[in-house]
Order: sequence, then structure tokens, then C-alpha cells
Amino acid sequence: MTDALDTLKAAMNAATPQPNAARRAENIALAQKNYDHIQGTLDGTRPTSDRPRPGPLSGVRNMLRSISSRAGLTVTTAIVAVGIVILTPLGDNLMPKRAGDVPFVAPTTQQEPLAVTEPKVAVPQPIPAPMVEMAAESGAVAPAASRAQMSAPGTSQLHSDMPLLTPETNTEAFANADANPVQTTAETPVSTFSIDVDTASYAVIRNSLTTGQLPPKDAVRVEEMINYFPYDYAAPTDGAAFLPTVSLSQTPWNPDTRLLHIAIQGTAVEVENRPPLNLVFLIDTSGSMQDASKLPLLKQSFRLMLGQLRPEDQIAIVAYAGSAGEVLAPTSASERSTILAALDNLSAGGSTAGQAGLQQAYATAAAMSTEGEISRVLLATDGDFNVGINNDDDLKAYIADKRDSGTYLSVLGFGRGNLHDATMQALAQNGNGQASYIDTLSEAQKVLVDQLSGALFPIADDVKIQVEFNPATVAEYRLIGYETRALRREDFNNDKVDAGDIGAGHQVTALYEITPTGSPATLNDPLRYGTAAPTTNDSDELAFLRLRYKAPGTDTSQLIEQPITASMSADPSFASAIAGFGQLLRDDRYLGNWSFDDAIALATQTKGADPYGYRAEAIQLMRLAQSLSQN
Amino acid sequence: MQTDDDTLALAAARGETSAFEVLIERQYDRLFRLCFRLTGSQADAEDLTQDICAALPGKLRSYRAEASFTTWLYRLCVNAAHDRRRRAATHARAASGWGEWELNRRAEIDDSAQAIDWLTTAMRSLPDDLRDTLALTLDDMTHAQAGEILGISEGTISWRISEAKKHLSSLRQEDRP
Repeated sequence: MTDALDTLKAAMNAATPQPNAARRAENIALAQKNYDHIQGTLDGTRPTSDRPRPGPLSGVRNMLRSISSRAGLTVTTAIVAVGIVILTPLGDNLMPKRAGDVPFVAPTTQQEPLAVTEPKVAVPQPIPAPMVEMAAESGAVAPAASRAQMSAPGTSQLHSDMPLLTPETNTEAFANADANPVQTTAETPVSTFSIDVDTASYAVIRNSLTTGQLPPKDAVRVEEMINYFPYDYAAPTDGAAFLPTVSLSQTPWNPDTRLLHIAIQGTAVEVENRPPLNLVFLIDTSGSMQDASKLPLLKQSFRLMLGQLRPEDQIAIVAYAGSAGEVLAPTSASERSTILAALDNLSAGGSTAGQAGLQQAYATAAAMSTEGEISRVLLATDGDFNVGINNDDDLKAYIADKRDSGTYLSVLGFGRGNLHDATMQALAQNGNGQASYIDTLSEAQKVLVDQLSGALFPIADDVKIQVEFNPATVAEYRLIGYETRALRREDFNNDKVDAGDIGAGHQVTALYEITPTGSPATLNDPLRYGTAAPTTNDSDELAFLRLRYKAPGTDTSQLIEQPITASMSADPSFASAIAGFGQLLRDDRYLGNWSFDDAIALATQTKGADPYGYRAEAIQLMRLAQSLSQN
Repeated sequence: MQTDDDTLALAAARGETSAFEVLIERQYDRLFRLCFRLTGSQADAEDLTQDICAALPGKLRSYRAEASFTTWLYRLCVNAAHDRRRRAATHARAASGWGEWELNRRAEIDDSAQAIDWLTTAMRSLPDDLRDTLALTLDDMTHAQAGEILGISEGTISWRISEAKKHLSSLRQEDRP
């Protein structure tokens, strides 16, 4: 009996033909086209859900909505619908109106989701003060403008050349600048930057890799990847806010250079001793938030966090969509059921009035705050600020102003597809906060539970690092990462210039690749007509570290100084493996033949204790990136 | 290492174009193979695959990973095959693939000189539901998976398989008296 089936199976396998290659390509193209149409059509309809109804558009709206469930009609209807949307005056109302009234935002192609973005939002500039304005004279610093800014004019040219029928598929925008170049110590001995405790970039990279894609290069910020992981740094004693630790190790990817490792460990705050918190959850409930990875995940995440708060802490919720509204008046964190009920009642719909929401959240925070308490606005969004901002600079100025009033702003990013990482970064950097990207509940656990103290309790504001290298011992140096955090040399001592903040228990790591004098790895030849005076000092110090910070709430900075000598050597660390991994994803021009294999080997060897499994996950991501990069 | 299909499908359902691209590229051949088993001719299989490709983006929006993506896709495929058959039935005489066999059966039995291979004969002799069941189990689906795809119990699948076996063995006896 069974052999009848076996024979049938063998015969069937033999008889099954290969799919016709031409038909295969055609069918796949058809599927792609329909997919793009559906995505484009839905993007187009989203902002209209806020309009009064029933209106003259409801027929069209219903038709568009029915498309998604009536797959049989999809091919023809979607084409017609997109035609209506784009070619008629009626359709004009259906298209998203984004910041700056770009008439019709031409479509980004999905192979290059980042190169073409709406100019207005893509430009993460200018952030007040020189946070991101790279200054040539400060040496360590990358070329002046960020890539996004430089591409903006070209971008609009591209728009006008593109066919109008292509639907918009992806509006993500990432903040980044060109990778830091190698600097010659004799010419630019001083490197200045602001610390950065964000980790959003790592989570975005993880999200990309686990969905089978290499991350967009601009989404990779190496310092955020390094700072994602907890390290075993010495903790500060005798009441200091933080303790810097400096060490030198062999550079994994270059035997002739060394890696200078500057680590800062913030002091931990006992839960019992921390000041009461005033938290305002500012929650984006616009239509784009309805995906499972957005609003539902956000609710779960806040639910997790609620367990970490104490009865003295106050919570308010402001939701913003078409209009901003207070969903929950300030309530003690002990009233769990009230807060959870308010959270559960949130639902997504409407367009995004980001600015009105922010104003209301800040007003609520100001009303809640009393002496000795910490007020913080937690903005949860997919970054799609498309209504209410007529001027990005105004918004940033507004946030910077509120920052001076003592309210902190943290940004939690959710979902992919229209993640405006650039806007989120700009908001967090200007609002004395940090940006995190939450793609899974375990990431929410890390950010909002395990590291909640760091996220909510600042211990030092405006932390700046300046390293002066000794030309007698160091020929060249290169700061790995921190491109968006470069500062001008003179701004180091200027207390008016904003910089990054450290929260309780935070760790910050910065890596320099340094080339000792006389090393064969030196890239720049000495100048024949050089003005640099021959170095006469006989110090054997490699560099001098200066660190400035302000105690929270004060205006005057304090200075920490420390010489760096060659004797501070240590073994290569997990951080160096991650730095290499980040550069492989971003720009591997300085890595020689060093590959994902080496990154995996080094990370595995230096993994050490990994109680939360973050490092094991990173090694897994390296493997994914390795296979993806071979395709 | 590869990202698994369920994760990709969820990402595609959320609107990630790149995930959809990877997914369709990866699934196409498997999809085509099943289409062939369900229809029995290359031309029909290509057409059926095309139907599915056209509809997949719309359907995918409702994918919630309640079933594994393969199960979900196979269910979509079997349903699309049913739709095609129903349409074909309204064009009564224009039935194609395995379906037209019933019409020609007598003629072909008489015309024994014309060799139709055993596979075709066997598949065409089965009623639709048994043939769908076989198409799935021959594709290395377990009885439980096939049941999930067809929306019937595992027991029913096992029963259908044994029915199909009976059919096949009686056919063999006809072939080799």
C-alpha cells in the first residue's frame, strides 16, 4: 500500500518542472508592483482619517480601504486609485501634506530608502549651537556638513525628474555625518566631542538585520552601538558623579596602531534615594502608529515600566494625533489600574500634531514640577511629525528653551517605515535627553526597566570630552564614531554650549585609533613645507584628557583632567569588537582585510559575563550581517 | 544564517518593502511546485502562481503569524486553486489540467496505445479533495500541517490518505491485471 504512495511521490518529484524563468520574473515583478501599490495607497490615505466625515471623500476612502481586503481587485483598482490620488485635484487632498508644504513628495525607491527623503525633514540641521556643526579647526572633527544636508539640493532635483505615478514607499531619514577621518597630530592635536548615551542606532541595526537586510549605512552610529552594552568599568567612589577610566590596547584590525579606550562610568542611584519623578508620557496616536510594532508595543512597554516607579512618582499622559489632549491628569504611580486603563484606551488614528503635543506635555510637566523633583517628558513616536511644524528651527528653539527650564525630554522610537531618526535625534539632543529605539519587548525591558534609572535620573549635564594628543608620541589619531557629536575646540570651555547628559549608572565609551610616531601605519607623510615646529617636548605621555560636566541644574561646569600614558595597557575588549563591527557596516576603509569573521572571533573571545544576553545577541547579529553581506 | 520566513512575512505585512522582496524571491519556487501538484500542468501552474503573486500583497496585510508562513501560504495556494477550478467548471467544456481528465477518461482507457504515464492517470483519477490532500503530503507536509492548511482535522487527512491509497491500489490492479 505504502509503495503506491512512494511511487507516486517519486514520480511527482520527477514530473515537477522548473518554473519558467521568464514567467517567474514576471510574476515576482507583478507581486512587487502590487505590494508597492498597496503600500503607497495606504500611505496616501493615512492622513485623511482625521477629516470630518461623512465628507465628499468618503466614497474614495471606502474604496481605498476595501482594496486591502479585496485582493482580487487589487491589480486594477490599485492602479486606478493611485491615479485618482495623484492626477486629480480630489486626489491632491488625499496626499500627505508634510512639513514645509512640499507639493507632492516624490517617491523614494525602496532600494535606496535613505538617499532620497523629503528635504525638510531629512536635514537634521541646524541644531542649536555647534552640536553637529563640525568645525575644521577642532581637528578631530569630521567635515562640515552632514551627508543629509549636503544631499538636500540634489534631492529636490531628483524629485522633479521622477515619474509621479510611483507611490511613496519609505520615508525614513537617519541622522549621520561622514565617518571621522584620520588626523595628523602635528596639525590638529586637539579632539573635542560631546558624550552620547543614545542606543537607538543599535536597535535599528538589529531590526534591519533580523528582517534580512543590511542596515542603511547612515543608520549606523558606531558610538551608539558601543554604548548599547554594559561593561565592567570601575565605579566612582566618594560621591563623584562619574569616574573616567582610560586604557590602551592593541587595535584588532591593525597591528601597528593602538586603540585608546576612554570609558566613563556614572554613579548608580539607589532606588530609595532617588528624587521623586514627574513623568509626562507624550504618546503619538496618529494613524501610522496602529501597527503591532508601534502603539500596542508601546502600551506593553509602559506597562513594564510602571512596575519600576514608586508611589511618590507622578505620571500624566498626553496623546497627540489630529489634536493634542491630556488623556490622564497627573496621577500617582501607585494608582496602577487608573494609569493602565488610560493607556489601554489609547487608539491610533489621525495625523500627527507633534508640536501641539509637545507644548501641552511641557505645560503639564511644568505644572507638576516642584522643588527637588525631576520632570521629564517621554515622547513615544514613530517619528512622523507631519502636521503642525511649519518650521523645524522653531520647534528646536522651543525645545532648547524648555530644556533651560529644567524639563528633560527623552524620545522612544517605534516601528519602521517612516522612522524619522533624524528628527528624533535632534529632539533628544536638544532636549537634554536620549533617543532609544524600541523594536521588541525585550528592548523595552532593557531601556525602561533594567536601565530605567539611567534613562530617568540625570547625574551630570553637558558632558564634554577633549583629548589633546602629544605630537612627540602620537603621529596620527582617529575618533571612532561620535560624528554627530563633534564640538568646536573653543566650545569645550564655553558653558553655554549644550552637550550630552549622563544618567545614573550610564556608561559611555569612546575609542580612538592612535598611530604611534614612527609606526609603519602612518598614513600622512610629513609636510615638506610644513609649519609644524619640530616637537621638542620630551614627555612620554600619549595624550591629555580633559572632561567637563555640570551637576544637574547648575550652570557652571567642572573640569576633570588626566594624562594618558602608554603604561595603561589592557587586553582588547568587547567594545573594540563592536567598534569593528560598526565600521564594517558603515565604512570599512580603515579596517584593511579585517572581516566579519574576525569580528565574530574577537567578540566571542571577549564576551565575558553576559547576564542579559546582549553580547550573545550581538554575535548572532554579526553572523547575520556576514551572510547578508555575501549575497 | 537566514532570517526566518515568519519574521520576514510580519515585516512585509508591516510595510517593509525589502522584506517582501526577499520573501517572494525565496518562496516562489516552492509555491510553483505546489501549484504544479495541484493543477497538473506547467501552463496552469504558471497561471495559478501568477494569480497568487497578484493577490499575495493584499492578503499579506492580514498575516498575523497565527500560523507559520508556509502553512499560511499553502492555504492561500489551495484556496486559489479551488477558485480557479470553480471558474473553470463554469466554462464546463474548457476544463483544463487534471480536471479535464474525467471528460476524456473513457476515450483514453480505450486508446491504450497512447501511453499516459502512471502519475497522470493516478492523480487524475482522484477526486479534488483527495488530490489536494495528496499534493500537500507529497510536498513533505505532515498530516497535521496539511490539516491546518485545508482547515480540517488531522484524522480526516489520514482518512483521505488511506482513501487515496485504496484508489491507487485499485488502479494498479486495473493496470496490471
